[in-house]
Amino acid sequence: MFDNLLGSFWPYTIDGLILGAIYGLVALGYTMVYGVLRLINFAHSEIFMIGTMASAFVVMVMGVTKPLTGLALVGGLLLLVLAGGAASAGSAMLLERIAYRPLRKRGASRLAALISAIGASLFLQELFALVIIPYVFNRPQQGRNQMGVARIMEKDTLFSIGGAQVRVDQVIIFVAALGMMVLLDLLVNRTKIGRGIRATSQDPETAVLMGVDIDKIVRVTFLIGGLMAGVAGALFVLQFEVTKFSIGFLLGIKAFTAAVLGGIGNLRGALLGGLFLGLIENYGAAIFGSGWKDVIAFSVLVLVLMFRPTGILGESLQQARA
Amino acid sequence: MGAFTDRVRDRWATAPGWQRWTVYVLLFIGALLLPSESIGHFMSPYSDWASVLFFPVGTYIVLAIGLNIVVGQAGLLDLGFVAFFAIGGYSMALLGTRLGLNFWEILIAGVILSAISGVVLGGPTLRLRGDYLAIVTLGFGEIVRQTAENTDAIGGPRGIAGIPHPPSIDGVVIFGVDIFHYGVLDPRPYYYLLVVVATLIIIFVKRWEKSRVGRAWAAIREDEDAAEVMGVPTFKFKLLAFAIGASIGGAMGVVWAGKTISINPNDFLFMLSATILAAVVLGGSGNIPGVILGAFLVAWLPERFRGLSEYRIMVFGAALVALMIFRPEGLLPSRRRKAELAEGTGGMGAMGAEVPDPQAHAEPEGAAK
Repeated sequence: MFDNLLGSFWPYTIDGLILGAIYGLVALGYTMVYGVLRLINFAHSEIFMIGTMASAFVVMVMGVTKPLTGLALVGGLLLLVLAGGAASAGSAMLLERIAYRPLRKRGASRLAALISAIGASLFLQELFALVIIPYVFNRPQQGRNQMGVARIMEKDTLFSIGGAQVRVDQVIIFVAALGMMVLLDLLVNRTKIGRGIRATSQDPETAVLMGVDIDKIVRVTFLIGGLMAGVAGALFVLQFEVTKFSIGFLLGIKAFTAAVLGGIGNLRGALLGGLFLGLIENYGAAIFGSGWKDVIAFSVLVLVLMFRPTGILGESLQQARA
Repeated sequence: MGAFTDRVRDRWATAPGWQRWTVYVLLFIGALLLPSESIGHFMSPYSDWASVLFFPVGTYIVLAIGLNIVVGQAGLLDLGFVAFFAIGGYSMALLGTRLGLNFWEILIAGVILSAISGVVLGGPTLRLRGDYLAIVTLGFGEIVRQTAENTDAIGGPRGIAGIPHPPSIDGVVIFGVDIFHYGVLDPRPYYYLLVVVATLIIIFVKRWEKSRVGRAWAAIREDEDAAEVMGVPTFKFKLLAFAIGASIGGAMGVVWAGKTISINPNDFLFMLSATILAAVVLGGSGNIPGVILGAFLVAWLPERFRGLSEYRIMVFGAALVALMIFRPEGLLPSRRRKAELAEGTGGMGAMGAEVPDPQAHAEPEGAAK
C-alpha cells in the first residue's frame, strides 16, 4: 500500500508542491475577501476559471504552433500572466460591483450574500459554456468539453532530486507563486492601502471614523484577490495545458480548504495551507489511488475544522502588526 | 401585493379551526387532482405531466421542506443537503437489491440511516461558525458522492440498477387509476404516495415549528449567543434540526429510488443542493407555503420552458443575484423572518465592512462577538 508512495516519493512531492502553489494563490483571494467582508466569495472559483480562459485565449491568438524560445518565450509568458491577471481582476471587481455591493449597502445578511455568490457562480460558468467558448473560442457545440491549450514552452528537465526530474515550467510556477506572495505581503504590511485593508478587517466602523474609504478598500481587495487568481489561472494553463468551463469548482473548494487550513484571513497561512493541501492530496492519492484525491482533501478540511478551527497559523489579517 | 397577503394572513391567523381544516382538506384534494390530463398539456407540453409532478416538482418540494428546517428554522447553512438524499437513495438501492427488504422496511431504515449520518456530520461540525459549516457540508456532499463513485462494491460510477418498486396492492381502482399498483407505466400511484408522505412531513414540521423546539430554533437563528445565555441548549437543538432535515432528505431519497429503477452517483451533484437551497430562499425561508411555492417554481419553470432549456441555468443564476438584491426575503416570507431581515441579520449576521446606512439598522459582525 505504501510501496507506491515510498517508491516515488519525490515525484509526488514535486507535483504536490506545484499544485499547492496554485491552490495557495487562489486561496489568497478567499482569505482576503473573507478577512475584509466576512464573506465566502463563492464565485472566486469562477474568477480563477476566467483567468485560465484569458490565458488560453492569448495562446490561441498568438497562434503558437511550436514551443517558443528566447525573448519570444519571455514575452509570451508575461503576456499570459498579464492577460490572466487582468481578466480576473477586472471580473472580480465587476462581480463585487454587481453582486455584492448592493447587498452590502443595504446591510443584507451573509446568507443573502452567499446565495448571490452562488448565483453569480452559476451564471459565469454557463456564460462560458454557452457563449464564450462556442463563439469567442470558436468551438460550437463543445462548450462543455475540456479544451486543450497549445504548449508554449519546451518543458526541459532542469535538475533532479532523488530520481524525480524537476522541469523548467515547474520551477517557474513555484517561483512565480512565491514572488506574488511576497509582493502581496509587502503591500498589505507596508503600504497605506494595506493599512486600510487591515484596519477594515479589524473594525470597519472605527476604520471609517479614521478616514478609511471602505468602498475603495473593498474594491482593492477584490482587485488583488482577482489578480492572484488570474495569475494562478495562467500558471495552471502553463502546467496542465487544459481548461474547462467548470474547472474552478473543485479547485475553488480546495483553495478555500487551503485558506481555512492556513487560518482564514491569514495571508501567509493561505500559501502554507495550499502547499500542505497539495502535498497531502498527492500523498493520499499515492496510497489510496487517485480516485480518492478529492475525498482526502475534504476529509482533511473536516478534521482540521474539528481539531484546530483557526487553522495552522491562526486567523490574523486582523491581528497582523500595524 | 404585500397588503393583500397581509390581509389574507390576518384573516388566517384568526380563522376558526373548522375553516382551517376545510382549507387543508381542499388543498390535499387539490394535490390529488393535480395530475389531470386537462391541465397537463399546458403545464408540461414536453413530457408526461404526472412524471414531472413526481420528479422534479414533488421531490424538490419535499427536499426543500427538509432543508427549510435546517436553513429556514435553525438558520444553519447547509450546502451539501444532497448527501442525505443520496444516502436515502442508496439505502433503497442496496437494501432492496441485496437484502431483498421491501419498500416500507427500507423507508424506515433509510430515515434512520440518514438521521444517523446527519448526527455524524453535525456532531463535530455544528460547533463551527456559520460559514465554515457551509463549506464543511459542501465538502461532505462531495465526499458522499465520490465515495459512491469510487467504491465498486456499490456499483462505482455505474451505480445500481434493478431497484425494486414498492409492493403493489392491485385492484383498488379509483377514477380509472389503479392507485396502489406501483408498476413501470403509470407514474400516478407514485405521485399519490409522494403526496401522502409530503403531507405527513408537513404536519410533523408544522407541529415542531410551534413547539418548544421550534421556538428554540428561532432563538438560535436570531442570536445564538443570547439563546445560549437564556438557557437554550443550542448545540443539542442544532443537532436535532440537522438530524430531522437529514431524515426528510433520506425519506425522499428512498421514495425517489423506489420509482426510478436505477441510480448512479451523478444523480447527486452539488447542483441539486444549490437548487434546493435556491428554492428555499426564493420562496421565503422559514415559511412552509413560501418554500413549497419556491420549490414548485424552481422545478416547474425549467420543465415548462424546455425550449429554452440550454439557457435555463444561466437565467437561474442571474435570477438568484437579482432576487438577493431586490427581494432578499423571498417571494412569500414569514413575517417574523421579514422582520429579522429588516433588522439586518437573519441567520448568519451581517457582512463585515459594513457602514450602516441611517435607514438600515444593521449591526456589523464584530459587534455580535
